[in-house]
Amino acid sequence: MTALCLEVNGRVWHVEVEDRTSLLDCLHDALGLCGTHAGCEHGVCGTCTILLDGAPVRACLMLAAQAEGHRITTIEGIAPRPGELSVVQDAFCETHAMQCGYCTPGMVLTAEALLATNPAPSRAEIIAAISGNLCRCTGYGQIVEAIALAAERRRGINIAAGAP
Amino acid sequence: MTAPLLRGPFRYVGHKRRLREDRRFVIGAGRYAADLALPGTLHVVPVLSEHPAARILAIDTEAALALPGVRAVLTGAALAAAIDPLMNGAHTPAVRRYPLAVGQVRYVGEWVAAVVADSRAIAEDARERVRVDYEPTPFVLDGEAAMRSDAPLVHPEHGTNVLLDRRFVWGAVDDLFQEAAHRLAYRVAWGRSSTVPLETFAVTARWDEAQETLDVWASIQMPKFPDQIARALRLPGNAVRVHYDVDVGGSYGVKRGIKHAVLAGFLARHLAAPVRLVEDRLENMTGGDMQGPERVFDVELAFDGDARIRAMRMRALDNVGAYAGRSPFQLGKPIGAIVGPYRIEAVAYHALAVVSHKTPEEAVRGFGQAPTNYAIETGIDRVAAFLGLDRIEVRRRNFIRAEQFPYLIPSGTRYDSGDYHGLLDKVLRAAERADIFAERERLRARGLLAGIGIASCLEPSGGNSAFEPLLNEHNRTTTWMESCRVMVDALGAVTATMHTTSAGQAHETLVAVAIAEILEIPPERIRIVRPDSLAALPSNSPVGSRMAIMLGGAAVGAARQLKDKLLAIAAHDLAVPMADLRYREGTISAPDGRALAWLDLVTIAHREFFRMPPEMEPGLAASAVYQVPTGGALPVDGRVQMYPCHSFELHLVLVALDPVLGRPELRRYLIGHDCGQVISPDVVRGMTLGGIAHGIGAALLEEFSYDPATGQPTAVSFMDYLLPSACEVPEIEIVHQTTPSPLTVFGQKGSGESGYLGAAAAIASAVNDALAPLSRRIDRLPIRPAALSDLIAAAKTTTEK
Ligand code: FES
Ligand code: FES
Repeated sequence: MTALCLEVNGRVWHVEVEDRTSLLDCLHDALGLCGTHAGCEHGVCGTCTILLDGAPVRACLMLAAQAEGHRITTIEGIAPRPGELSVVQDAFCETHAMQCGYCTPGMVLTAEALLATNPAPSRAEIIAAISGNLCRCTGYGQIVEAIALAAERRRGINIAAGAP
Repeated sequence: MTAPLLRGPFRYVGHKRRLREDRRFVIGAGRYAADLALPGTLHVVPVLSEHPAARILAIDTEAALALPGVRAVLTGAALAAAIDPLMNGAHTPAVRRYPLAVGQVRYVGEWVAAVVADSRAIAEDARERVRVDYEPTPFVLDGEAAMRSDAPLVHPEHGTNVLLDRRFVWGAVDDLFQEAAHRLAYRVAWGRSSTVPLETFAVTARWDEAQETLDVWASIQMPKFPDQIARALRLPGNAVRVHYDVDVGGSYGVKRGIKHAVLAGFLARHLAAPVRLVEDRLENMTGGDMQGPERVFDVELAFDGDARIRAMRMRALDNVGAYAGRSPFQLGKPIGAIVGPYRIEAVAYHALAVVSHKTPEEAVRGFGQAPTNYAIETGIDRVAAFLGLDRIEVRRRNFIRAEQFPYLIPSGTRYDSGDYHGLLDKVLRAAERADIFAERERLRARGLLAGIGIASCLEPSGGNSAFEPLLNEHNRTTTWMESCRVMVDALGAVTATMHTTSAGQAHETLVAVAIAEILEIPPERIRIVRPDSLAALPSNSPVGSRMAIMLGGAAVGAARQLKDKLLAIAAHDLAVPMADLRYREGTISAPDGRALAWLDLVTIAHREFFRMPPEMEPGLAASAVYQVPTGGALPVDGRVQMYPCHSFELHLVLVALDPVLGRPELRRYLIGHDCGQVISPDVVRGMTLGGIAHGIGAALLEEFSYDPATGQPTAVSFMDYLLPSACEVPEIEIVHQTTPSPLTVFGQKGSGESGYLGAAAAIASAVNDALAPLSRRIDRLPIRPAALSDLIAAAKTTTEK
């Protein structure tokens, strides 16, 4: 077992895990942040996506130990305040960009990262951004719409690029 | 007594509204089975068979048990001695299935033993130390080969590899074949794909020593799940408590999980600790027992010179893999739409289910209807080609006409309603706007192969169990009810129940909207809860596109009873006949202007019993158990009313393919869709788009392939079993039409399988239209780029010679 000190969602967590523990298992099982889901555990589906220093990363392909010294954001850390939704989360509700919700945290985080660097993505850019996140339920149509809607709304309310 | 039907305008039904489920999912607060962390939970991993067929000579568990943290290793022999076999669908008592293999293995990935440890990682380490001595035996993978007399038997005690062999003749098939001007015969094959949800199967079981109950939290979509666990574990039904308030991370049919739950339940009881089994992806793809239909169709059509199809003979051979639960029934459901949307007068149907040494098949979206639709649609295109007619015109000539509904098909089902010609015209107008036909010519002019695909098909919905007694005379089940209870508390808030899990179908929204429509209060004011199975009313599960009809029907039934009770209370209190009262948004008023508001009525019911009508129960609660609206008669002469409602979809797709690469690209996609009165437009749209994406996978990408030489599966991860990504799914235009069902309260039909049922057929049709100039065609799904480019290259060589 190794003692780790991880910065997750703006908070410092002290946790003891086996060296071989993936970041995904550490977040989900040790920290109880169950919004990060396991889909394939071999880096294809993107359901385990988290943000590492703001960039989307597959938590199943990283060891928890490798995440020390980095800023981790999970779906639980996206809403501006408890009880509120981020613009992206709200847009996903508006277009019903999900069914079972299993891929949703990964999709939302990927979309947050896209809009942080590209405030006005084209349809093709949205598709390219989410092409590493599988969704078996929706056929992606309402997800693409949600991200386009979120981009438009963020531009409208003038959210600075660079968040989250 | 039939309840009155409502035909709009509606307050809430059919209006866009945010779904109550979505909020918890976007904040990461969905509660999936793997999220449950009970203190002291043990983890179980299965030991997987490495052989497609082998005798198990010995299992040495010593080294595994010696590893610190390992609690138990269970073998198949030990488990089989303590439980009863899992349920079979077909009447095949000698085909016995247990969670762990007993004496012999029948496919690669089959569970041979189960290792239980303090963590999943330790259990995996210990699994490597379990030594199984196998003696490999001959195996058979192919369905046709499995039927030959020299084929190795998958279940020697059963005496044959054939599980189901049923012939039906509905109408004067032979006469019509004689009489018709033309005949043609063809073969098509639907590859072994499945729904492959992103969440694997997960279950936690806990034995409560004090209560003597087994608690189960599982990622399931399974009718009679608690009964099946109780039966296998030899427990009374009321000792198994299945928790339905678990979010299921996708299912689309396959999340049955009986063997998983029985194994975890057994271990939980015997180890006196919570036990959890969460498959990893490899376990899921091999031993998860969730592969879909692999089907070969031999079809003959008899038709006249005007393209009217008179009769059909169809033989469907399904390779169900090593064991069969409900899978042979997937040959049964399509009997309820065996003629598609066409006026085919007579049909002979030969349904064959055979076992092989592949992973077992499970129910997949559409329950066998999508492959059957592909077989029928291929025939329509072939008739057109044979007669040199337009494929759309051939469909137009054969469609059942709007005025012919309700329409009785030869196999005994009455289609409820439809307007196929109307939707076809709408789709063609949209195609014109989208310039699809001209675009095909432009692509061809640029040297690409380009084709347009068409498929028109039905989505039977409202799932009853009529195929069970039809295919198995020992099974006389003719009801698959759903239930709902509506309660108003003493403060006036409304809570309603549903009694199954959901896998993304937004059932909570459905129940709330249905009740809101009847009680005329906003759906947001209604809370939906899911009691566990011991507190549940009789219910089944969201299979067979049934919940809008069945759960919606139950919710309306309960809400109406509640409203009637409110009216009766008001009639008594105001001393006015019930018929003279007016109910509006929860307030009941008399003709003279006196009124009782919602809270007045609630207060009478909950507190002021002296104001209640005599003999009436206090409180406000009502429940309804809803039967499929077409009733539940047993089959007569091989004919039965299958599902009650019939949604219709018509796909039009433009495909382009580079002759060298052979990779089909979907350039335009149009679908006309009619599922009667829509309840939640965003839900129906999502189902349709998702269904099409799934159909694209079945047509072009997905297959559980096997190495014929070794029997090893070759698609065991997401790197070799390809799910469509956002790049493979084009923008899709949906053209709506609403033809209400005369059988349902709001006129709704089902939509849970929409899009999937015709997408693969349409894409195959488009590819074949693209290949037509080369006089080649492809009749096997999935259509692989390698097969296509070989075909194109061969065609070119022939023409150049
Ligand atoms: S679980 Fe990490 S990519 Fe699939
Ligand atoms: S919403 Fe179910 S997988 Fe995307």
